[in-house]
Amino acid sequence: MTTLAAANSQVIPTPFHARTAALCKSNAWSRWAGYATVDIYDNVELEYFAIRNAATLFDVSPMIKYRITGPDAEPYLNRLVTRDLRKLTPGRVRYVAWCNDAGHVMDDGTLFRFGESDFRLCSQEHHLCWLSDSAVGFDVAIADETEEVAGLALQGPTSCAVLKRLGIDGIADLKPFQMIAQPFEDGELVVSRTGFTGDLGYELWIDPALAVDLWDRLMEAGRLHGLRPIGSQALNLARIEAGFVQTNNDFMAAEQAVRPTRGRSPFEIGLGWLVDFDKGHFTGRRALLKEKAQGSRTCLVGLDIEGNKPAKDALVYHGRRKEVGHVTSAMWSPTCKRNIALASLRRPYGTEIADGLSVEIYVLKELKWDKVKARCRVVERPFFNPPRRWATPPSDY
Amino acid sequence: MTYDAIVIGGGHNGLVCAAYLAKAGRRILVLEAADQLGGAARTGEIAPGFRVSTCAHLLHLLHPKVTADLALGSHGLSYSAADMPTVALAEDGRPLVLPSDPVAAGEAIRPHSAADATAYPKLRERLQRFAETLQPFLGKTPPRLAGGDGSDRLSLLKLGWATRRLGREDMREFLRVVAMNVADLLEDELESELLRGALAFDAVLGTHLGPRSPNSVLTLLYRLAGEVGGKRGALAHPRGGMGAVTAALAGAAKAAGAEIRTGAAVARIQVENDRATGVELANGETVAARCIVSNADPRRTFLDLLGAAHLDAGFVRRVGNIRMRGDAAKLNLALDGLPSFKGLNESELGGRLLIAPSIGYVERAFDHAKYGEYSEAPAIEITLPSVHDASLAPEGKHVLSAVIQYAPYRLREGWDAAREAFAERAIRTIAAHAPDLPDRIVARELLTPLDLERDFNMTGGHWHHGELAIDQMLMLRPVPGAAQYAAPLPGLYLCGAGTHPGGGVMGAAGMNAAQQVIAREAAA
Repeated sequence: MTTLAAANSQVIPTPFHARTAALCKSNAWSRWAGYATVDIYDNVELEYFAIRNAATLFDVSPMIKYRITGPDAEPYLNRLVTRDLRKLTPGRVRYVAWCNDAGHVMDDGTLFRFGESDFRLCSQEHHLCWLSDSAVGFDVAIADETEEVAGLALQGPTSCAVLKRLGIDGIADLKPFQMIAQPFEDGELVVSRTGFTGDLGYELWIDPALAVDLWDRLMEAGRLHGLRPIGSQALNLARIEAGFVQTNNDFMAAEQAVRPTRGRSPFEIGLGWLVDFDKGHFTGRRALLKEKAQGSRTCLVGLDIEGNKPAKDALVYHGRRKEVGHVTSAMWSPTCKRNIALASLRRPYGTEIADGLSVEIYVLKELKWDKVKARCRVVERPFFNPPRRWATPPSDY
Repeated sequence: MTYDAIVIGGGHNGLVCAAYLAKAGRRILVLEAADQLGGAARTGEIAPGFRVSTCAHLLHLLHPKVTADLALGSHGLSYSAADMPTVALAEDGRPLVLPSDPVAAGEAIRPHSAADATAYPKLRERLQRFAETLQPFLGKTPPRLAGGDGSDRLSLLKLGWATRRLGREDMREFLRVVAMNVADLLEDELESELLRGALAFDAVLGTHLGPRSPNSVLTLLYRLAGEVGGKRGALAHPRGGMGAVTAALAGAAKAAGAEIRTGAAVARIQVENDRATGVELANGETVAARCIVSNADPRRTFLDLLGAAHLDAGFVRRVGNIRMRGDAAKLNLALDGLPSFKGLNESELGGRLLIAPSIGYVERAFDHAKYGEYSEAPAIEITLPSVHDASLAPEGKHVLSAVIQYAPYRLREGWDAAREAFAERAIRTIAAHAPDLPDRIVARELLTPLDLERDFNMTGGHWHHGELAIDQMLMLRPVPGAAQYAAPLPGLYLCGAGTHPGGGVMGAAGMNAAQQVIAREAAA
């Protein structure tokens, strides 16, 4: 587990590194929040199909985790994020986003409520500065517990069956965005029905000292259920099909954007449903109310594109010449059998004007770039939304 | 019927704002926490029969439009001294008496330096021209840089044009010196240590800057941009002390129909549906109003009275970062007779006396403040107002009012432990020029920055409600997002020294704020 740290002290091994490194035959790694993360274990396609047809393990330990406690924890978080948290009961999780003063999204993440005044916020980017600044005037304590909590995403149709075999009591009755805890060896295992694949799935949270044991027990329990580890590339395919946006991929984190026009409000990245104006003040509320009255600049849409060439980084046109936006994420979806993309368009394109759109796809053919124009239409997101994602109890498959 | 506006704080800017709003037909209530109006602009009795300006003791910035619009003369404001000379006290007993008129000043300088006798009037005249490019902006709402409207662009254009209109040479010189430190400028232009020290002192008075700190030329220009009785950069003493200004303003406000309550401390600004709707007093009483105008400093207004929960996190961070730690103390003395200052006659004692004999002296005084200590040898501004205002002391007796710089708010040893020694040191420093002073003292009042915070509700004890420096001026004062007097919360306004154009008994902030309230809020 310490070999990588010794070889390259700039990259931190996750608590599962001893297992992930042994299985990573491709040796394809990338850096996620300072941690070494597997890109591909052996084959992206096999890993992807395991998400949709069996069960997969993805190491989410690098996810930034903040523990927020204290008498004002709820009002503090309600002022921080755009959603109304007053009805979030202990034992439940909520998907949230938060904005800067301009109403531009800084990040999205999941918020776990453990108790009346005990929360965990998981996010893609580091936000301790912002969280601390937001704490002025509130009686709360904020601690970065990224290193104290190891995380594994167990996702796919047979994931519930794997957990049953592992002996998690009541797992079949766990509804989406609920969590349960039970003893695991001399620690505690928290299981939440959450994930980033848009499929049936869970996330498991454990003391890093017990991480390898958990991995081993899960792999053993999953042996007959097709369980295999996956890297970030396969996960990314699943999340595009699920229509989820990713910070600094589909939009710039507001306080990291240098160009003043790069910030995006929730309304501009398809997260308008997260904004609750009736809950009292929250950071960005006045700017968002103004935007709601005056209109947003851009929108984020799902595109269904002719042909089968992934429209990565493509520009989007209306008519022959008018450039109206760009693709932020794209793939050929094997499950949907569609060429899909997420794109950021300048309104009214994508909202009032949804016809006559096309993308210019750039393809590298034996050292030569070609461009291909393909017609596309605006479609509903998520592209893939199977009933098993929401079914309680889930089937064993 | 509710009030059109509640003004929190009866300091001079609050009263100016209240008077303008009342004159515009609005129904106004002023709530002052203390039993006496005026905030830092008041006259206090430090011993039976001895009255002296408690904090601010000289007028050099009172906005002429305020004086005229509110007819302060007819409400009792008069001056016991206008156009006061500045007297730079010298260790060798040869003080320099500087009249405000640059040419006369040149002649006064001649015995000290023939070169400066010519150089000073020129420098002064040039600085005055630069100051005049800034002057019109004191009476205006600062423009927004982004997302502004036509009037914002016009204001910016005018500022650019005012600079350009100086002419090519002057504009170049203006841009060269505007962000410089005042010591470099003075050493370039003048040779007399005494003269340099006096001008350096004016540049840093009331700030946390030393003469070698960047941007200290700008603070000097700001000071010169003031105007009393039509004379730029002149100094005056209101008859009856600074409380007389407050009394005249209160008179004007009351005459226009404003209600004023003292002993009414506001504990909280009430908010309903994202709008300020009233205040709750310390005694639990609530008063409703269509809008709230706060004369309190920005940090107290936003973080204590309103609460961070009603504001965006980035805005709260900016408010928390305002530099507002006071660095000056006030010493008031009651004297059983006029002290004799070396080399000065009695009428010269009616001027403004400075103990700032060189740039180095002031800079060394500042060095201590950087490390949380008070100055070993402080720079001091002294007035003896009873010399020209007999109403302030019993016959034959006098009062002395002194600003002691530097006196850092965060003193390492703590003010409660240090105040005696600090006062002694200040008195000894003055006594070096007036040896009979210590024996004449019959009563003493010392206000450290901590006292100013406790007794006058000024966060950090900063009498400008925030450093006046280039990064906290114009559209950056107090913070972007509140620099047009309107707070981010609808229905809440600022009118105090923490807003443009800042502190000093000027009244421009109150006047500008009133114009914004009138423009944005409909009357009942």
